[in-house]
Amino acid sequence: MLKQGKMALIVLVFTLIFAGCSQGNSNQAADAKGNSSTASPSTPVSATPDQAAQDPVEISFYYPVNVGGPLTKVIDSMADSFMVKFPNIKVKPVYTGNYGDNTVKIQAGVQAKQPPDVAVMMSTELYSMLDMEAIIPLDDFIAKDTDYNKDDFYPAFVEDTQADGHTYSVPFQRSTIVLYYNKDMFKEAGLDPSKPPANWEELVSDAQKLNRDGHTGLEIPGNDDSYWMFQMLARQNASDPKQSIMGDDGKKANFNTPENVEALQFWLDLSHKYKAMPEGVIDWAATPTDFIEGKTAMMMHTSGNLTNVKNNAKFDFGVAFSPANKQFGSPTGGGNLYIFKDTSPEKQAAAWEFAKYMTEPEQAALFSSSSGYVGVRQSAYDTEAMKTYTASFPQALVARDQLEYAFRELSTHNHGKVSSALTNQIQSALAGKIDAAGALKAAQEEADRALAPFNK
Amino acid sequence: MNTRWSEKLRRNGFGWGLVLPSLLFLCMFTYYPMLKSAGLSLFEKNLAVRNPVFVGLDNYKALLHDPVFIEVFRNNIWFAVGTVPVSMALAFALALFADKAIRGKGMVRVAFFYPNMIPMIAAASIWLFLYMPQFGLFAKFASWIAGSEVNLLGNPDTVLASLIVMTIWKEAGYFMIFYLAGMQQIPKDLYESASVDGVGVWKQQLRITIPLTMPTTLFVTVVAITNAFKWVDHLWMMTKGGPDHASSLLLYYIYETTFNFNDQGMAAAMTVVMIVMLLIISCLQFVGWERKVHYQ
Repeated sequence: MLKQGKMALIVLVFTLIFAGCSQGNSNQAADAKGNSSTASPSTPVSATPDQAAQDPVEISFYYPVNVGGPLTKVIDSMADSFMVKFPNIKVKPVYTGNYGDNTVKIQAGVQAKQPPDVAVMMSTELYSMLDMEAIIPLDDFIAKDTDYNKDDFYPAFVEDTQADGHTYSVPFQRSTIVLYYNKDMFKEAGLDPSKPPANWEELVSDAQKLNRDGHTGLEIPGNDDSYWMFQMLARQNASDPKQSIMGDDGKKANFNTPENVEALQFWLDLSHKYKAMPEGVIDWAATPTDFIEGKTAMMMHTSGNLTNVKNNAKFDFGVAFSPANKQFGSPTGGGNLYIFKDTSPEKQAAAWEFAKYMTEPEQAALFSSSSGYVGVRQSAYDTEAMKTYTASFPQALVARDQLEYAFRELSTHNHGKVSSALTNQIQSALAGKIDAAGALKAAQEEADRALAPFNK
Repeated sequence: MNTRWSEKLRRNGFGWGLVLPSLLFLCMFTYYPMLKSAGLSLFEKNLAVRNPVFVGLDNYKALLHDPVFIEVFRNNIWFAVGTVPVSMALAFALALFADKAIRGKGMVRVAFFYPNMIPMIAAASIWLFLYMPQFGLFAKFASWIAGSEVNLLGNPDTVLASLIVMTIWKEAGYFMIFYLAGMQQIPKDLYESASVDGVGVWKQQLRITIPLTMPTTLFVTVVAITNAFKWVDHLWMMTKGGPDHASSLLLYYIYETTFNFNDQGMAAAMTVVMIVMLLIISCLQFVGWERKVHYQ
């Protein structure tokens, strides 16, 4: 009898657990349905503004950090100060890892009909998010909000928030590629530390001179998003000032052009021909560490690492525009704030309020000065905090000044496949398995295949 | 008749009751997802289509023509070939040593087993450091041999081998435990009588230890091969499958296809291929080899 009793207990416990699980699931499903139906006019919105004032709207906020340094603290404290100002909105910030992990988590949430309410995602995810029907356009919010001065944002950043005549995101964690250089090593190599290389020729000759005493002259990372670095070189080598490696509507890739082949060839030559850079694929995350530890005299990297370098480098360093060939040029990078579908209108409104707050001049200034990301709007640089900061640390202005030559990061439909087509071929070329022309030809073919369904 | 019925029900019920909890979890987290993948693999479901389209076996046909899939599959075979025999041989040797060691037995066992206690992610971080160009221990060693700077993880020719070495380090200690258990099952008087008969130590291993641990070898082989297809965390940490897919393995490519490319139909098709392959490998244990390995 005892045995039977025990057995019955075990069965009971697990039936309950199972029932509990399925109960939870059906609740969530009902929730999701309820949410999507609130958007249709037939069901009235349940919460009135008065009610909202009573119980705070709770929104979740996902964000990645892709650079060194304790940026999570900064972002969390910005969310805290937002809640002080808006007591009727409760923000739950969730740090989700790097951009890639962040995207995976958000996509999983979207598919499970449980997206975050607002999130920082790569600007390049725009078309994927549209294809997944995951995000909402912000035109109505922008039109209604007279205090949202959209012209204050730098045009280079606004470019990639838009598609098909709508605005889908707010620029937030934005950067350009800059050249960091170690002034002490410049002196040791007999170079003028106030004169960083301004063009490709000088870059090569300086890097060659700097490649001594157990450190290398230059590092350009080549794993992860190597297409970003390639895009920079391609624009610098383009005779057309507006040349782009993708079409305006995200449906076309222009990888395989003679000028692009030259650009990639230059990247390869830096290691193989000029011996100014280590061979093979250089790691994205290890590059700033190498620079800080004096293993390389120069590096091309995101301006987002500026504060990391500033806080950790034990030498005097300079920041400069990425050297030009036919022209200066750097793609913008980084993430924007997106607001998601499949949540309630109140949450979306609260998310908008939050997105607006996070990009206010004071917040943009705070975020920029504690990271090195560019302040996304002009007025951020007029704040007292920013003026004080840049007066003592003028390197922080380089990335902003370079915006004049900045342009949109590779962003297409099926972005994962298109960008990895290019990234893999670049890696293959860097590793010496294929030549520049062959790599871009193969990347073009693969990208064309990935984009074919969108050109029907 | 009645009493027998209730007796049967009681016994079966008890049995099922014991199995039920794990059965439930198996169904929820293994069988249901498997069936769901099989179903999904017949659909085109990616960013290009709003609603999934039934395409029959098209995804499988596309796989046969996907150069990346073929390369990844080939990588995985090499990975298995590289890791399984060596880690098993090493495990056997380690177990022999740990079994026979007279002093510091515990120390030896801990030393060999500890790679297994470190989470893969942490181990991968350590090895990332060892392979780091210019100052990593192994990178320095490799540069010394090659005579020039070597980027072990950044070069398609060396990256897979580098990962294989790490995996062997991680796996050997784990398999050692099985061998150690197997060896301790062997009656000691066999060795004693062999010694009395003047059989040398090497011959003893060849004639006694190896044959009597054959069931363990079979078990470990199956575990090792299936493991070789299941490793994924180290790739995520160390190479992301690069450069240019040179170190990408099946499971990582499935992950990439699902989450980076959002191509769920194709990912499901690959999942099915992988499941079928692993099932076949596991079946070997029950069908073909089982009878031959038992030493009579």
